[in-house]
Amino acid sequence: MADLVENILREEAEKESKYKTIVVQKDVDIEIDDGNLLAYDPNPIDVELFRSNRNEYLSNLARDNTQLLFNKLWTLPVEKVENIVLAKLPNPSTQFPREKRLPKPKPETKWEKYAKVKGIQNKKKDKLVWDEQHKEFRPRWGYGRANDDTKDWLIEIKSNADPDEDPFAKRTNAKKERTAKNELQRLRNIARSRYGKVPGVGLTPVDKPNKDQLNKALVLAKKSTASLGKFTEKLPKEKATREKGKRRKFEPCVGDMKKEKDKQLHILHTLSQAPPVNVAKAAQQFMSQEEDNATFSKEGGRKKRGDKAGRRSKAGGRPPKKNKGFQNRGKGGKGGKGK
Amino acid sequence: MRPLTEDETKIFFEKLSKYIGENIKLLLDRPDGNFCFRFQKDRIFYVREDIMKRATSVDPKHLLSIGTCFGKFTKTKRIRLHITALDYLAPYAKFKVWLKPNAEQQFLYGHHVMKAGLGRITENTPQYQGVVVYNMNDLPLGFGVAAKSTDLCRSCDPMAIVVFHQADIGEYIRSEEMLI
Repeated sequence: MADLVENILREEAEKESKYKTIVVQKDVDIEIDDGNLLAYDPNPIDVELFRSNRNEYLSNLARDNTQLLFNKLWTLPVEKVENIVLAKLPNPSTQFPREKRLPKPKPETKWEKYAKVKGIQNKKKDKLVWDEQHKEFRPRWGYGRANDDTKDWLIEIKSNADPDEDPFAKRTNAKKERTAKNELQRLRNIARSRYGKVPGVGLTPVDKPNKDQLNKALVLAKKSTASLGKFTEKLPKEKATREKGKRRKFEPCVGDMKKEKDKQLHILHTLSQAPPVNVAKAAQQFMSQEEDNATFSKEGGRKKRGDKAGRRSKAGGRPPKKNKGFQNRGKGGKGGKGK
Repeated sequence: MRPLTEDETKIFFEKLSKYIGENIKLLLDRPDGNFCFRFQKDRIFYVREDIMKRATSVDPKHLLSIGTCFGKFTKTKRIRLHITALDYLAPYAKFKVWLKPNAEQQFLYGHHVMKAGLGRITENTPQYQGVVVYNMNDLPLGFGVAAKSTDLCRSCDPMAIVVFHQADIGEYIRSEEMLI
C-alpha cells in the first residue's frame, strides 16, 4: 500500500517537473509584436549560468519567452472556424528590411531624356474616346480603336490624286511604316541602355527625300564599296563631296599651361591610387609556386632513397631553358627597334 | 607639336612609373621653371616652356627635335623609352642595378646582364621591375627590366640573365641615326 502511494507521488512530481508553469517571471517585460509572432527579450543574460551550461540555459530561456508569447496570443480575440480555433493577429509593428533590393530605375528612352531637358510634361489623356461612327466610347489605341481610319469603307480623294494609287493600301502601308519605326526606336532604346552608344541607322526610306537626304544617300552609296569609294566613277560635272568623318581634336600647343599640368597631375594621382594588380598573373604565380612545392616534396621523398644526383641535374636543367626563351624574346625586340 | 592626349599621357606615365614611380611628379612640378611634355611625330619631348613657345614658329614638318626626347610611340600605341631619357630617369630611379667593371662593356654593346656581371642590386626588387643600370662608380649606363627578383638573383646560376637590356649609352654611337 505504501508502495503505491509512493509511486503515485513520484509520478506526480515527475509530471510537475515535465510541464513547467505557464507563469513566467521576468525582471523586464519582454517586448512582443504579435502581428509578426515576434518576442524580444531585453533582459541581460545570466553570464554564470550561460557559461556553465550554455545549451540548457538557452533552451530554458527560449521556452520561457515562447510561453510568454503564447500567453499573449491567448489574450487575443479568437474565433472558431470549422472546429479550429483561430486568433486574429493585429498588424505587425516591427518593420523588417525588404527581402529584395530596390528595383533599378527604368532606363530613360531618348524621348524621355529630351522631354526632361526641354521640360515637356505628359498630358494625361483618357483611355477611352468617343467614336462618332459607332456612337460609343472606344479605346484610343489598339484593337477596336475609335476613329480607325484604316477601317473606312470609303475614302474621299482629291481631284489631283494619282488615279492608279490605292488609297486604302496607302493608309495601311503608312500605318505599318509607323509601327516599324516605333519598333526600331524601341530596340534602339534598349540597345542604348545596354551598350551606351548606338551607331546611327544611316538612312531610313522616306517618301520624298529632301536635298540633304539625297546628298547624304549619294555620299553613302559612293563610299559603300570594298575600296571605300576610291574607284567609284564620277559624273562629268560632279563636285567633290566634302568628307564628313569624325575629326580628331587636340589641345592647342600653347594653351593654359597650368590646366595642362593639373590634368597630368590628376592622371598621375589616379594611376598611383589604383596599383595595377594583375589578378590572373598573381593566381598563376601562386599556382606555379604550389606546384613547385609539391614536386619538391616529392623529390624530397626520392632523396631519402639516395637519388641526389638525379635531383640536382633536373634542378640545374630547368632554369637555363626558361632563360633561353627570354633571350630570344629580347633579341626580337631589339631587331624591331633597329627598324 | 601638341600636348599629349589623356590616353597617351596615361600610357606614357604608366611606362615611366615603372622606373621612377611617383617621382614623375617632380618632373611636372619643377621649382626651376615650367616644363612640359610635347608630342611631335610620334615622339615625346620634355621641354622647357619658353623653348617650346619659341619652337611653335617652326613648321611642324621641319621640326626635328626640341628639349629631350623621352621615347617614341610605336604603331601599336605603346611606348619605347629612348636612352636620351636616362638623364631624367637616373636621378629618380627607384630600383637600381650596379655592374661589375668587366660586365660594363658587354652591357654597353647591347647585351643583357648576366648574374656574373651583377655587382649590386636594390633590395626587394620585384621581377620585371624597370631598373636603371649603373657602373660601380655610380655612372648611369642605361636601363632595363629585372629578369629576376632580388631573392631569385641570389640563388640562380652565374650565366643566368638578371636584367634584360632595354637601352644603354652605347646607343649614342651604335644607333646615332635613330636618336633625336
